[in-house]
Amino acid sequence: MSDYNFAYLDEATKRMIRRAILKAVAVPGYQVPFASREMPMPYGWGTGGVQLTAACLTPEDRLKVIDQGADDTTNAVSIRKFFQRTAGVAVTERTREATIIQTRHRIPEAPLTEGQILVYQVPIPEPLRFLEPRETETRRMHALAEYGLMHVKLYEDIARNGEIATAYAYPVKVQGRYVMDPSPIPKFDNPKLSDCAALQLFGAGREQRIYALPPHTQVVSLDFDDHPFVAAKAPHACDLCGDAASYLDEVITDDAGGRMFVCSDTDHCATHRATGHAGRLGGTEGAAA
Amino acid sequence: MYVAVKGGEQAIDNAHAWLAESRRGDVAIPELSVAQIREQMALAVGRVMAEGSLYDADLAALAIKQARGDLIEAIFLIRAYRTTLPRFGASRPVDTGAMAAIRRISATYKDLPGGQVLGPTFDYTHRLLDFALAAEGEAPVAPQAAPVGPVPRVTGFLDREGLIEPEPACDDPPPDLTREPLDLPAGRALRLQSLARGDEGFLLGLAYSSQRGFGRTHPFVGELRIGEVMVEVEIPELGLCVAIGAITLTECETVNQFTGSKTQPAQFTRGYGLVMGQSERKAIAMSLVDRALRWQELGEEDSGAPVQDQEFVLMHADNIQATGFLEHIKLPHYVDFQSELELVRRLRASAAQEAAE
Repeated sequence: MSDYNFAYLDEATKRMIRRAILKAVAVPGYQVPFASREMPMPYGWGTGGVQLTAACLTPEDRLKVIDQGADDTTNAVSIRKFFQRTAGVAVTERTREATIIQTRHRIPEAPLTEGQILVYQVPIPEPLRFLEPRETETRRMHALAEYGLMHVKLYEDIARNGEIATAYAYPVKVQGRYVMDPSPIPKFDNPKLSDCAALQLFGAGREQRIYALPPHTQVVSLDFDDHPFVAAKAPHACDLCGDAASYLDEVITDDAGGRMFVCSDTDHCATHRATGHAGRLGGTEGAAA
Repeated sequence: MYVAVKGGEQAIDNAHAWLAESRRGDVAIPELSVAQIREQMALAVGRVMAEGSLYDADLAALAIKQARGDLIEAIFLIRAYRTTLPRFGASRPVDTGAMAAIRRISATYKDLPGGQVLGPTFDYTHRLLDFALAAEGEAPVAPQAAPVGPVPRVTGFLDREGLIEPEPACDDPPPDLTREPLDLPAGRALRLQSLARGDEGFLLGLAYSSQRGFGRTHPFVGELRIGEVMVEVEIPELGLCVAIGAITLTECETVNQFTGSKTQPAQFTRGYGLVMGQSERKAIAMSLVDRALRWQELGEEDSGAPVQDQEFVLMHADNIQATGFLEHIKLPHYVDFQSELELVRRLRASAAQEAAE
């Protein structure tokens, strides 16, 4: 073990973060300012998520860390290792077995359960930021629930492109009140935000904001009656496990237009294959195209 | 042939081993010691201490060594270390008026009590590469003079005549940017705190832009002083103040164009810069930016210049935040990219279909 406190942060800092979490849970979708600390990994690498995880971890927890849905991406490996070293907690790649899941850019395919905590890493917590760069303004807009600008933006998308041209970080409305950025998850994942049995926590370290969706919160993706929200994904099945319903990564396999599609959620893909399913290119690990 | 990406952990370990090897460079060349960096790269050490917000020359030198000379990376190492340190208390405000100055100049008076003390400055060097430094040899010994005692402040002379806006003392505890989230609008104390640890290059660019007319401040360097000040801590159990050490500071006070009206006679205004270590560029830039940010309280016009916009300045001055967010875009984004790929393909397909109809 190390000279650092359990899960790296000192207890006073954890308490400060937990207070912010409690406030965030009490006001779903509201961005709570918190005194984010400098972490030993850079801003942009998930410092907000890491602080949330550190504040929530207990020695009995079993931690899963994913980036782009995968447990083996470099930054997921790095963050998992950080908590193994500083907290000595058990880790897992199984969504079902984890008590805390820290994620970047995805919600696991397997439904989450009560008692689980899903921690999101958030780069820009403010859904209105690219419409209004000033924090002083956007805070006022949230306070007054003044979201007309967002609807105008979505309408302009439709006028220009025929549909809402936002594919990830698709804005949602929480429990009929706050418009919230769900972090840069693909909009395919948006329906999983709503009525989720797990506690969902969002941490933006550099921007010093924490927000939350308590279990079973109602979350609606913004849309129009005549242009309803559609959760999109590549129109293919996974080439490894054959699942046609999971979110896919496109992998270029040669320079002559060859490509394959694989589940972005590595645990989901492995579990699917373990139960006897196989895709176009077989179900074995590292199958060749 | 597609091979599922595995073994990230091994790849990271190997990358770190390569990094360590590259840091050392050619092993036939003697290794730099931390003390060598501390003594011979003193201005780099000063910058790392200032923007790292931690006054410890040895740690700053170690960070520079570890960061292979990348100062922002070194500042990051210091910040990450600093945040883990317990806080025992706050010092008494340091008295820069009592500074043992190694350099003290004024651009507003030809001569003044205490004199113009040039100190160790690059100002009048000719920027010719000194090839003698490439050959090893001892530096010449500088002539000695009696140390400069406490010298009066230039702004003090102006203040006595009522020519400059007064700066009343204030006993309010200063806000702490590292313990409270930044709340806007920020008062001057908080702004100065943010600027003091802000990126030197960013402040330089902002200050320069104000000199070129984007939020004009018209400053004179009333006084620039560099030297050591005592740091004193009150020990409640003993009921007295104890000096715990001395730190080097660079302080710049600018005298700026006046405001005035029919009811209030004209008065010069102030800009202030204070930086840990020896960094005139940063201290001067800071004082210009400080002055520009005060446009509202001084009843000036908002010209829409970036340097007048405190949200723009304060939210973007921190190089650790900036470099983190900038560089994070090299992390995997293939999930997001995939979703946009699908969107663009779909939009193109429906456009092609419409064109065909």
